[in-house]
Amino acid sequence: MCAALANVEEDSWEWHAFDTVKGGDFLADQDAVDIMCKEAVESVLDLERMGLPFNRTPDGRIDQRRFGGHTRNHGEAAVRRACYAADRTGHMILQTLFQQCTKEGVEFYNEFFVMDIMLVDGVCAGIIAYEIATGDLHVFHAKSVLFATGGYGKMFKITSNAHTLTGDGPGVVYRKGLPLEDMEFFQFHPTGLYGLGILLSEAARGEGGILRNADGERFMERYAPTIKDLAPRDMVSRAEFFEIKEGRGCGPHKDYVLLDLTEVDPEVVETKLPDITEFSRTYLDVDPLKEGVPIVPTAHYAMGGIPTDVDARVRADHKGNFVPGFYAAGECACVSVHGANRLGTNSLLDIVVFGRRGGLAMAEYANSTKLTDIPEEPAKEIESWVGSLFEGGGPEFPANIRTELQETMMDNASVVRTDESLGQVLDDITALRSRYAESRVRDRSKVYNTELVEHIELGYLIDMAEALVVAARARTESRGGHYREDHQMREDDHWLKHSFITRAEDGAAPTLGYMDVVMGRYEPVERKY
Amino acid sequence: MATRSQAREQAPERMTVRLKVLRFDPERDKEPHFEDYEVEAEPMDRLLDLLHQIKWYQDSSLALRRSCAHGICGSDAMVINGENALACKILVKDLKQPVTVEPIRGLPVQKDLIVDMEPFFAGYRAVKPWLITDPDEREPERERLQLPADRARYDDTTKCILCAACTTSCPIFWADETYIGPAAIVNAHRFIFDSRDSGARERLEIISGRDGAFRCRTVFNCTAACPRGIKVTKAIQEVKQASLLRTL
Repeated sequence: MCAALANVEEDSWEWHAFDTVKGGDFLADQDAVDIMCKEAVESVLDLERMGLPFNRTPDGRIDQRRFGGHTRNHGEAAVRRACYAADRTGHMILQTLFQQCTKEGVEFYNEFFVMDIMLVDGVCAGIIAYEIATGDLHVFHAKSVLFATGGYGKMFKITSNAHTLTGDGPGVVYRKGLPLEDMEFFQFHPTGLYGLGILLSEAARGEGGILRNADGERFMERYAPTIKDLAPRDMVSRAEFFEIKEGRGCGPHKDYVLLDLTEVDPEVVETKLPDITEFSRTYLDVDPLKEGVPIVPTAHYAMGGIPTDVDARVRADHKGNFVPGFYAAGECACVSVHGANRLGTNSLLDIVVFGRRGGLAMAEYANSTKLTDIPEEPAKEIESWVGSLFEGGGPEFPANIRTELQETMMDNASVVRTDESLGQVLDDITALRSRYAESRVRDRSKVYNTELVEHIELGYLIDMAEALVVAARARTESRGGHYREDHQMREDDHWLKHSFITRAEDGAAPTLGYMDVVMGRYEPVERKY
Repeated sequence: MATRSQAREQAPERMTVRLKVLRFDPERDKEPHFEDYEVEAEPMDRLLDLLHQIKWYQDSSLALRRSCAHGICGSDAMVINGENALACKILVKDLKQPVTVEPIRGLPVQKDLIVDMEPFFAGYRAVKPWLITDPDEREPERERLQLPADRARYDDTTKCILCAACTTSCPIFWADETYIGPAAIVNAHRFIFDSRDSGARERLEIISGRDGAFRCRTVFNCTAACPRGIKVTKAIQEVKQASLLRTL
């Protein structure tokens, strides 16, 4: 989690902001980036005071290390800005916040699956949820609601994401006729375990790991001469893609490159990178102390999502209107602080800074407003929709639909895209969508019907994939994580703007609108590292 | 080194794996029963992949928890060939056939491989698993200082993912679920040995009570079961020692 604490070398939040804007290929809203990078310092200290076990400097302060795209004085050299706890900082943040929730007696409704958000005349009035343990539907009548539902990396074959990351939150919003922002920007992380996509943290390169092709060459020297392996993820993933495409991949199929940790002090590998060392040993039978780890780009992070302002308030459109009472934060949201490509560590910063701001804003709103009246049977539509999922249908296994979606998304809409490949995947999605409509849930049980949950998740995945592809096809330029082989340049005159995609009724194509990027101190320049 | 790389260059061998999964559907069954399955797999596949094959292509009603599929979320602890482990961290090549898969023990089974985790979390909550600071201490303006050696003192127990593999491998816990169990003691250890924490006294009081650490008989099942490699029994012994030192 990056913050300009300057505990180990000179740093400033303004340098952090510059790196974030440049890393995002100038699509981030600079007012939001300023807030995030300024509040980063206090946020890290706050987590420490809550007990987060950060690694320490010899004199006992929070230690910091290098991470991709984070530089000193506007790109001079890599800077030690990432505050960390071994290679499990995210896990430690989760633990620390869960500990605080336990302390405060926060009530959790575990394994309640959100089915719908209740909007009354455009005002949020709560949500409807399905209790997985019993099959009951519940109405949560609320003054304010915040979605923190994560991303949708499961639409790709190779992903670091959990099985549950199927875009349910953005999916609910999208089906409600509300827009999603910047869906075409999806980050591929350069170091996913070959064949599996399991993430090897960028900390590996922060601690001195090097990427090599089949010739043993440190190929990032050619793509980013100044910061090399610590270039932003979109650039490194693209470099890997082209190394493999041009025949310099490793293995019998020449389809991966190597993460070389053999020159890093073994003590550092074992103590500061224990998780990734264990992943390599467990899942590939490769010991990173002795040989290079086979890696490929892996679908990792959605820059796009539910559009919000800097207080996590959800936008109703691209014209400055909001949905009163509705908030979103984290990967499911798009503030936008990451623009077209997120820097490593900035996701943890995003969740902490904007989760906190959103929590404060929704509490203040709830204290100043009355409950909105809801219809008499608010769950009626959802109930009949759930019922319909068990009806009719042929012999198709929904798992095949999901697998085919993941394959076509990986082949046609991942690191490198063209109009043709995106057209192909749109055709595929149309076919998959009609097959999905024909399929049904076989298990009729009420208790832990996880087939039903997976079936609904697949529907959201298809919606999210379509939104991503339609937005990507429209954007005839290359920027950050969105690389068009048929439009390789960034086109600031036309495309320095956020996309807003809205679902159309009755199967018509989604519609696109655009909103200007909030500029600030930094004018777009060519992105070199 | 060469052999590993070569191994990857050969086409992976497909094989048929036989599984016996303990099934229980509260809407239909009075008692749990084993059902047999056969699935095609490769040696490097995870057991979780096999369970997915069953769920997605043979019997969609099979209920299990899972999320991250690489040993971090801690949701897929189960008894695999008699031993507690995460289904996503056990590879086919390491399994004897037929592979038996059962829910973790000592917690009420809700359906198939899903158990009610509430008694487990009750034990966790009992040890006050959060940083307790001295009320007289002035809130620091920057971070609290902690030397690397002090940070290392509790590193091992920060790795816990609350999967319950340790607690549900413990015979004392099977016999009586009021025992707070290894995972709760691990999480107490994480704070008792944190130099920033000043809640050791109140935690040790809880832990030295009737349902606490002294019920441990050092069977070491918990250490073997931990998918994160935490030295659980050692942590329990350290907590016991701290508790004894306190009463001296």
